[in-house]
Amino acid sequence: MTAGMTTGLMDYDEVVARFDPVLGLEVHVELSTATKMFCSCPNVFGAPPNTHVCPTCLGLPGSLPVLNRAAVESVIRIGLALDCSIAPWCRFARKNYFYPDMPKNFQISQYDEPIALHGSLELQLADGSTLSVGIERAHMEEDTGKSLHVGGATGRIHGASYSLLDYNRAGVPLIEIVTKPIVGAGARAPEVARAYVTALRDLLRALGVSDVRMDQGSLRCDANVSLMPRGSSVFGTRTETKNVNSLRSVERAVRYEMCRQAAVLASGGEIVQETRHFDEASGTTSAGRRKETSEDYRYFPEPDLVPITPSDEWVEKLRATLPELPWQRQARVQAEWDLSDLELRDLVNAGALDLIAATVDAGAAPAEARSWWVAYLTQQANSRGMELAELGITPQQVARVISLVRAGTLTNNLARQVVDGILAGEGEPDDIIVTRGLAVVSDDSALTAAVEQALAAQPDIAAKIRGGKVAAAGAIVGAVMKATGGKANAQRVRELVLAHCAR
Amino acid sequence: MPTISRGEVAHLARLVRLAVTEEELDLFAGQLDVILNSVARVREVATEDIPPTSHAIGLEDVFRDDVPGPCLTQQQALSGAYATEDGRFQVPRILDES
Amino acid sequence: MSELTRLSAAELADRISRRETSAVEVTQAHLDRIGSVDPVVRAFLHLDGDGALAAAAAVDEGLQRGDAATSPLAGVPLALKDVFTTADMPTTCGSRILEGWRPPYDSTVTRKLREAGVVLLGKTNMDEFAMGSSTENSAYGPTRNPWDLDRVPGGSGGGSATAVAAFEAPLAIGTDTGGSIRQPSAVTGTVGVKPTYGGVSRYGLVAFSSSLDQGGPVARTVLDAALLHEVIGGHDPLDSTSIDAPVPPVVAAARAGATGELTGVRIGVVSQFRGEGYQPGVLHAFETAVSRLRDLGAVIVEVSCPAFDYALPAYYLIAPSECSSNLARFDGMRYGLRCGDDGTRTAEEVMSLTREAGFGAEVKRRIMLGTYALSAGYYDAYYGQAQKVRTLIIRDFAAAFEKVDVLVSPTTPTTAFRLGERVDDPLSMYLSDLCTIPSNLAGNAALSVPAGLADDDGLPVGLQVMAPVLADDRAYRVAAAYEAARDATDGDPLWSRVPDLTEDRLSGPSIDTEDRLSGPRIAGVVGR
Repeated sequence: MTAGMTTGLMDYDEVVARFDPVLGLEVHVELSTATKMFCSCPNVFGAPPNTHVCPTCLGLPGSLPVLNRAAVESVIRIGLALDCSIAPWCRFARKNYFYPDMPKNFQISQYDEPIALHGSLELQLADGSTLSVGIERAHMEEDTGKSLHVGGATGRIHGASYSLLDYNRAGVPLIEIVTKPIVGAGARAPEVARAYVTALRDLLRALGVSDVRMDQGSLRCDANVSLMPRGSSVFGTRTETKNVNSLRSVERAVRYEMCRQAAVLASGGEIVQETRHFDEASGTTSAGRRKETSEDYRYFPEPDLVPITPSDEWVEKLRATLPELPWQRQARVQAEWDLSDLELRDLVNAGALDLIAATVDAGAAPAEARSWWVAYLTQQANSRGMELAELGITPQQVARVISLVRAGTLTNNLARQVVDGILAGEGEPDDIIVTRGLAVVSDDSALTAAVEQALAAQPDIAAKIRGGKVAAAGAIVGAVMKATGGKANAQRVRELVLAHCAR
Repeated sequence: MPTISRGEVAHLARLVRLAVTEEELDLFAGQLDVILNSVARVREVATEDIPPTSHAIGLEDVFRDDVPGPCLTQQQALSGAYATEDGRFQVPRILDES
Repeated sequence: MSELTRLSAAELADRISRRETSAVEVTQAHLDRIGSVDPVVRAFLHLDGDGALAAAAAVDEGLQRGDAATSPLAGVPLALKDVFTTADMPTTCGSRILEGWRPPYDSTVTRKLREAGVVLLGKTNMDEFAMGSSTENSAYGPTRNPWDLDRVPGGSGGGSATAVAAFEAPLAIGTDTGGSIRQPSAVTGTVGVKPTYGGVSRYGLVAFSSSLDQGGPVARTVLDAALLHEVIGGHDPLDSTSIDAPVPPVVAAARAGATGELTGVRIGVVSQFRGEGYQPGVLHAFETAVSRLRDLGAVIVEVSCPAFDYALPAYYLIAPSECSSNLARFDGMRYGLRCGDDGTRTAEEVMSLTREAGFGAEVKRRIMLGTYALSAGYYDAYYGQAQKVRTLIIRDFAAAFEKVDVLVSPTTPTTAFRLGERVDDPLSMYLSDLCTIPSNLAGNAALSVPAGLADDDGLPVGLQVMAPVLADDRAYRVAAAYEAARDATDGDPLWSRVPDLTEDRLSGPSIDTEDRLSGPRIAGVVGR
């Protein structure tokens, strides 16, 4: 594997001083339908290899595709949420090319007749400004199988290496969402790319059409990047970077390609239109194997499927099922929680808004929900280098912790320990309270015994309290708290100490 | 002037994964040329305003409900395979993915 | 030969259901017949004697228990074209690339046949992936025409047509993409029907050209074909192009037609399908058939369908284009042949070596032709234009069916040609489908019914009857009426005059004792 020409990278500030980047983002989303796109095999991640396959998704001779209605409904809903127009008539086409993970050696996709086209998605950037990204199209296609490469240890030598294929993923419904060229982002192009994928992910999650797990590949982004000299309006040659598997990678990959291409162009070189691979570890992109023959996919209408003609009635029915979309929710939440623009933006930037809203939906008060997510949990996420959403705690769990604090079952200190337990994968809050023994001790008899013990251990202080020096009670409360491992309600302990000494 | 050259036939063969022999290239170049010249007549009749037909019978909107059905067993799925390993199809090494 | 093998499917089913004979007996008789003549005609690629006898026994047991027959064809043996998947038999499509492949599933047609109690004898020979008009493109050797062993049985379904003509089975299933049921039927003196596209499920039919392929019945009589049509027809949710409508009442139409009355039926003679390139004996037989239809009360009208002249070139763009894509899956990765996997070659190289070794010349030719026609620079000029011709052909049919109830033509321009005669000349081979292709492009129903023997070479001629989409019954009615009248005039059905192959063997063509024609067959060059 070559890391490309060693033309090096241009300093980013210089890149943006000399060039205008043009972005095009292609996002593939695996739908979370119960079955695959064209057959009734279950659409499940992580099953034993080749167990969720049938003649159709294995591409066996004689098999035929039948379109999943739920997948069509999902893409129409996505199209509507992206403000696209829904084609009154569209078709599938075959995209012909040979690849072992594609069982028919063609992919059923949509070509010049996509189901949704010409929409837009509004992004909010870190500085509070907004940007509307044009959506070219959203179309349906089928996913490929997965290959596993074995015996590559011998490196370049033609050794005993081979590949193993699992077709469980073959035929899983995919929606490809393609932006129009994003021009004018300038220095913010990497940020825009990330913000776009983030906004799209949040939208798809709100629609409930996909797991949108970049780490599992249910949301994949290909980034097309080209540069043109500042002031020019003629697009340069673009590269397409694949294998961009996290939001952070989207940003890094775009930035790297900008610096790489700028260096090539500045040294008088030409950009080759090619597919490049992003490497997470090094943060660089590298060229794939150059094709011997130029790709000619020989698209033609898929004869085994019939046209789709979404009626106005059907489309409107689906429009009525759209949930509150992220930007609608933001506006509502801002009003309801009385947030300033700045506060709102901080929440959005931290990826906390939806989590807080969901926590509120699960019964927590907005202020407490906010406080948990932006303070303790953000701290935890930062220290782990994770997104809030990846922490492994659900809004429902946070809401439960909040309600336990409200009920006096947990102190704030204990609540944090419960949250730590959740983050450590120990289960639900109530289970952790039991297993870690974290509940506030509010049983008076247990506390009374502890108080008596503490007073007996420090008779001089006890005498002081009895003598009216109420302030001295603090030392006894502290001793009791220590004895109970912090699980006691300090206020109650103080009451008991005073009551005891008053006797 | 032939419609299709020997080089084009070689290109087509690569595109569709046929390791054709030199003799076949000669044979097919000649035959494809004859056939293409013959079928080129389709250009005589159909004018701009004629819509193309991809499906003779005008069916539309044929869908399946999103309800899981039976799959093949792993054994059935792999039954025709040349070689398998760990429940997967074993194939020669695949280029273009590193 | 056992008398059982000469009975119609309808008669056999009747005797079996009344328990006058057993399904096992009938099956055994056909297996015996296959044993004696198939070494000569080579209609079968795979025989499943045990499976067939077991299926027959199951039918007998059901009847013995007092169960009603599962269908009007319960217990009747059938030869299945080797292009339909069968979980208990190999499916090769006549190709080396699928040699020995056992699919893990049954096609819908296979399933329906089994459920109807039809006994599957085995799988029949065919041109590789149904590409051809002579069955010479089979990787497993050609099938021979039982009327003259030096001649081809047509194709691609030469095996199915021959099995029926040679009394190896009373029924067979074929597939028709450009004429692969009708043309073999015409040249073997059998009845072959291409139902309306979408009338018979394609699920489990290994695709050649998806928008044209259609499975259908082959039989010796029109009624038998109709009975089989009703067994295999009907909506299938596994095939998106399957029509969700009842099967046209073809059995009733065949029975009605057999009463011999066609008064008031308007029959159009396609003016494009006559004249130059047609064998005189074929044209003469066709004219005779038309006058017989007139005698039955039909109104005969001349109908011009000018776009039909462009059907052949359009077909030879559309079918190869679709096949280039459909056959891409045969790459040696998941099933079938794999060549050259020595541990050093890449998947891409192994695919190319496998496809090179696994496909025959005609398949390669069509894959490359279709790939060319779909290529970026040529799509509009070739594939796109062909799709427009398709529209014009549909319009011609629509206009014709405003004026007439059915259209007729010769099924194919010549009688059976000699083995090897057209192998090296693809274009002349393609001409065999000249008259059959329009109905594939338009999706309407069409059948071939024997129209006697050509007076110039004594070989069978087919009369093609074309009916509108989902009006398959009209073609059956006309064909049944014609068949009855023809048999009445001739004194016996055409199928009964097939040479006795058990004596004939491979000793070359000779006049059979049952052959009522006088004089030797003319072996001369056939006009086209």
